[in-house]
Amino acid sequence: MKVSEQDRILLKPVEQTTKRFWITAGILFSIWFIGFLAYLKQFYGGLGVTGLSRPTYWGIYITNFVFFIGISHAGTLISAILRISQAEWRRAITRSAEVITVMVLLFGVGNILIDLGRPDRMLNVLKHPHFTSPLLWDVTSITCYLTASTIYLYLPLIPDIARLRDHGTKWKGFYRLLALGWQETPRQKKILERLISIMAIVVIPIAVSVHTVVSYVFSMTIQPMWHSAIFGPYFVVGAIFSGIAALMIAMAIIRKVYHLEEYLKEIHFNYLGILLLVMALLWFYFTFCEYLTVFYGSEPLEMQIFMSKITGPYALYFWTMVACCFVIPFVILANRRTRTVKGTVIASIAVTIGMWLERFTIVVPSLVNPRLPYARGTYYPTLTELAITAGCFAAFILLYMTFTKIFPIVSIWEIEEGRESSLREVHERVKGYLPGMGGKSE
Amino acid sequence: MTRWGMVIDLDKCSACQACVVACQSENNVAPPNQEIHEQGRSIHWIRVLPTFEGTFPHFRMRLFPLPCLHCDNPPCTKVCPVSATYKSEEGIVGQIFARCIGCRYCTTACPYTVREFNWRKPVWPEEMKPIRNRDVSVRPKGVVEKCTLCTHRLQKGREKARVERREMIPEDYIPACVEICPSQAMIFGDLDDPESEVSKLVRSRRAFRLMEDLGTEPKVIYLSEGGGD
Ligand code: SF4
Ligand code: SF4
Repeated sequence: MKVSEQDRILLKPVEQTTKRFWITAGILFSIWFIGFLAYLKQFYGGLGVTGLSRPTYWGIYITNFVFFIGISHAGTLISAILRISQAEWRRAITRSAEVITVMVLLFGVGNILIDLGRPDRMLNVLKHPHFTSPLLWDVTSITCYLTASTIYLYLPLIPDIARLRDHGTKWKGFYRLLALGWQETPRQKKILERLISIMAIVVIPIAVSVHTVVSYVFSMTIQPMWHSAIFGPYFVVGAIFSGIAALMIAMAIIRKVYHLEEYLKEIHFNYLGILLLVMALLWFYFTFCEYLTVFYGSEPLEMQIFMSKITGPYALYFWTMVACCFVIPFVILANRRTRTVKGTVIASIAVTIGMWLERFTIVVPSLVNPRLPYARGTYYPTLTELAITAGCFAAFILLYMTFTKIFPIVSIWEIEEGRESSLREVHERVKGYLPGMGGKSE
Repeated sequence: MTRWGMVIDLDKCSACQACVVACQSENNVAPPNQEIHEQGRSIHWIRVLPTFEGTFPHFRMRLFPLPCLHCDNPPCTKVCPVSATYKSEEGIVGQIFARCIGCRYCTTACPYTVREFNWRKPVWPEEMKPIRNRDVSVRPKGVVEKCTLCTHRLQKGREKARVERREMIPEDYIPACVEICPSQAMIFGDLDDPESEVSKLVRSRRAFRLMEDLGTEPKVIYLSEGGGD
């Protein structure tokens, strides 16, 4: 299989590694290593090295867990929706999105393991499963999601691996193995396309279930301001929201460092920006529903937590969250002139920060204010917790970078296919939609 | 079926905290030091909980001895992913320390905040080590623990009755806190036995359950003050 001269640039990151890459990788590796040392300290010393105490039993590890699982909705879900709806502009972005899902899920799961008091006993979940626990469904649905999205990442990768096998200079054996004998025969193509479309449909309900179950971890308890029926959809919306934001940040970086302006165009950022705007509005709607009903109900215990968020010790987090998740993205994205690459990236960064804070203000204030008035604590993450968190983020970026060095981050064959056949197809399709154009209507 | 429960008469309780100490030594709960206490990490399976009502001058403070309430509909057991905490047939909410993975889901689900977590390896003064109770395991770091109504005493009581070839009598099984209480404010027994003292007291007009509206159905029942008996 040939890669046309035009698309050679997509193979470049795989073939050449710059000094800048090594420096960045070095820095990220150091951060990861510090995080790793911090984790060793926690493993041997116990969770006492964190800022947690009675009654605040969960802190930023659980926040990270929910956050990472949320980000994971970037990939598979968005790419699946775009594939199914035959959005042609998807071709350049699906791969980078799907990679986010697979990698970030590992860190979501990782944070749960970091949070366990006895990580050495984690297999007890398989040995003694207890089916009424939302945590067990969590394990189940996340495992499903990880499996499905890995397959979903791998399938469209096969033709590109075959291109690397025929074209590349390094690791021929490795690519031959992974390419599964791909020769791009019509039959192979047909099977692959079929499998991809099946997987695209399968992953959507799984993705929705994953974040719903994550929300159930909170809402199945009777803790004030957790016990809420809106949590399922609220979390799913938030997840897609933060997922799109993370995807756009990743795309902007890839575009810049690998000079892929020709592939990841302004229009991609513009479209995703509109999607992000829609999600920002939805997010606001859900947040508004949630808080307004609590306020009007004014149950004393809920009000205590409500007030701690609105004016109390968590007000700074809460209002920063509102600014980051709604005000900033809305102002930037609602305006065509600011919905540029730079603008959308700024909005995305704000959303990412805001969504982390959202998770934090859901987890912590409810625990700090339990029903009985005697156990009161404040919670500040310690350096150990911050180091571990930073380590997770660094490791995620490092893994992502490594991926771009092994596989093309933009799907080459899908771009080719777009050029060759879909122009004609789309033309036909649009004709088919319109009355009086003579297109075949089904 | 036996359904173990406890009645705490707030009229009789003088908040002397003897129950706290008895529980501590009966169940091998490591004594907290100042630092651990200030971090909010001291472990107690039973505490005397102060509640405050109203503002000065119409102000009232009440004191509740608060163990795990062994809810009949316990929110904590439902959420445990590994059944490390469970409700036994006789209604005791037990804890399998050797299985708990330390996810602390149960601690966040318990509305009474009575579950404790071992943030670090418990520290024992050397001289206290030999006098630990051999019937109760010493918990490692990273697991959740809580009042078990001294279930080891239930086992012992059963064994004793069997060896002596007789039925169990109430004296065979009394938790440490109940046994020690100098003002006899705590009464323990079978809630399902209409003749037992606890079930008579539970039917009294003074009986109430903590946060009854939650539907957790605690089996530790309080008798409100002002009974006059
Ligand atoms: S008081 Fe808390 S720990 Fe005890 S049974 Fe009820 S919910 Fe569980
Ligand atoms: S901390 Fe232990 S007992 Fe509590 S829910 Fe987790 S595994 Fe179960």
